[in-house]
Amino acid sequence: MSSALIDLVWQSTLETLYMVAVAGILSALAGVPLGVLLYVTRPRQILAQPVVNTVLGVVTNVGRSVPFIILLVAIIPFTRMIVGSSIGTNAAAVPLTIAAIPFVARLVEGALNEVSPGLVEAAQSMGATPMQIILKVLLPEARGGIINGLTITIVALVSYSAMAGAVGGGGLGDLGIRYGYNRFNPTVMLITVVVLVVMVQLFQSLGDYLVRKSDHK
Amino acid sequence: MITLDNVSKTYGSGPGAVQALKEIDLQVPKGTIHGVIGLSGAGKSTLIRCVNLLERPTAGRVVIDGQELTAMDAAALRQARHQCGMIFQHFNLLTNRTVYDNVALPLELMGQSRQAIRERVLPLLDMTGLADKAKQYPAQLSGGQKQRVAIARALASRPKVLLCDEATSALDPQTTASILSLLQEINQQLGLTILLITHEMEVVKTICHRVGLISDGRLVEDADVGDFFTAPATQLGREFLNDFLKLEAPQALIERLEPEAGTNTHPVVRLTFSGDSVATPLISRLAREHGIDVSILQAKVESIQGRTLGLMIAELMGSDVQTREALMTLESFDLHVEVLGHVQRTD
Repeated sequence: MSSALIDLVWQSTLETLYMVAVAGILSALAGVPLGVLLYVTRPRQILAQPVVNTVLGVVTNVGRSVPFIILLVAIIPFTRMIVGSSIGTNAAAVPLTIAAIPFVARLVEGALNEVSPGLVEAAQSMGATPMQIILKVLLPEARGGIINGLTITIVALVSYSAMAGAVGGGGLGDLGIRYGYNRFNPTVMLITVVVLVVMVQLFQSLGDYLVRKSDHK
Repeated sequence: MITLDNVSKTYGSGPGAVQALKEIDLQVPKGTIHGVIGLSGAGKSTLIRCVNLLERPTAGRVVIDGQELTAMDAAALRQARHQCGMIFQHFNLLTNRTVYDNVALPLELMGQSRQAIRERVLPLLDMTGLADKAKQYPAQLSGGQKQRVAIARALASRPKVLLCDEATSALDPQTTASILSLLQEINQQLGLTILLITHEMEVVKTICHRVGLISDGRLVEDADVGDFFTAPATQLGREFLNDFLKLEAPQALIERLEPEAGTNTHPVVRLTFSGDSVATPLISRLAREHGIDVSILQAKVESIQGRTLGLMIAELMGSDVQTREALMTLESFDLHVEVLGHVQRTD
């Protein structure tokens, strides 16, 4: 294997990691609060707001139902507004983030739904405000489920980032398609797949470790 | 200390509406332990949740320590809830907090300093016998220990009232006894007013001063525990009592029972003695004065809140006239006589 190829693989790995990290962090920052809102505004919940809940639900579902490759192209004007360019690694991180936010939100909502309603009731009986219930009961109790959801998101992002090549975002998926598939180079194809598999394994193991460490159920 | 004034709760509206509570009036004086007993679905849970407004009554007033909770806005209600601790059947401890941090939670919610929290939590852990468990998580504790943590947590904000929602229903009999004695200790030492709901007569018998019986959303009895156990006023009350005392006629006898007296039958009676009648040598008097034989089929003596309660199922064997006179004699004493039926003479 030539040093040029090794260089290329290394470069692509860093690009993938960069895209996944940026999209992962930003989508968590936006998706966790959205997930909390989706949960607490449900009927009979601590901040029940049926209209808000329905609107948020529809928006989230729309976000989740648009195929990523279409989203990637469709929001090019928005991407250009944010990062000043519609091509490159940064440009790819924008649609990745947008796609991951509703994904994270639904997983967080699901994790919160696993918290026993009795705990919320107990906190209410102690005179907790809705904000205190969110910060001291719901989020800490759902911590394991949320970390698990973020792990699933990161792994999904690794796979989505393969499509980033469509906007010149680079990364391992792009490398595999251009060198491995378009140029019939099975070695490159194999290497990219192996690196991706290892990467996903590492993320999953790290996620599982964090879940175990943070959850005392 | 707690007053429920004409409290009703209806879920839903229109023809599908369910009336969970109907015009409940309840008074719990300061320092007493008041039990409310009832079958599943009778409205016990709704009742206790209406006291601290976890469920808002659709009508009526709730007053705790002179403050009308039903008239408060959300912020004032949260303040008032600090006066009113609550424990639950399934403990409801935060799994990701240690025992110490669980007990500290209500104080954190009140915005107290770390130092103040420490000074409050440690004595509470001592009192509930959990000092060595402070750093453990709820998953590492037994059911009884979890309920102790919940009790310590409920007491942290120095409430005047403690609400217990089936607090011992998930515990085995021995653990139940130890939790009940802890509650009694708290009641006596801190003068805390306790309202508890339960389906277990044992709980009522062990620690309650007064007991209410709830049936289909209505409070159908409200009496001193001693009175309730000796002379329940309703059929449901008697069923609870009989079920608790497990004093039923033997199955073989029940099968032979006939509802009406015949030409050749003996009455079978259930006698409930209380107060002075316990000490009266009734059986020998029946034999001596009426010339009948009394065959005791089952008997039991219970001590409830310092009062003695005797129960007996007996067959009165004699002629029609003799047994009729014997029954009249029995009724002239301070005891409850219930004729269960009649059996054919076998002699």
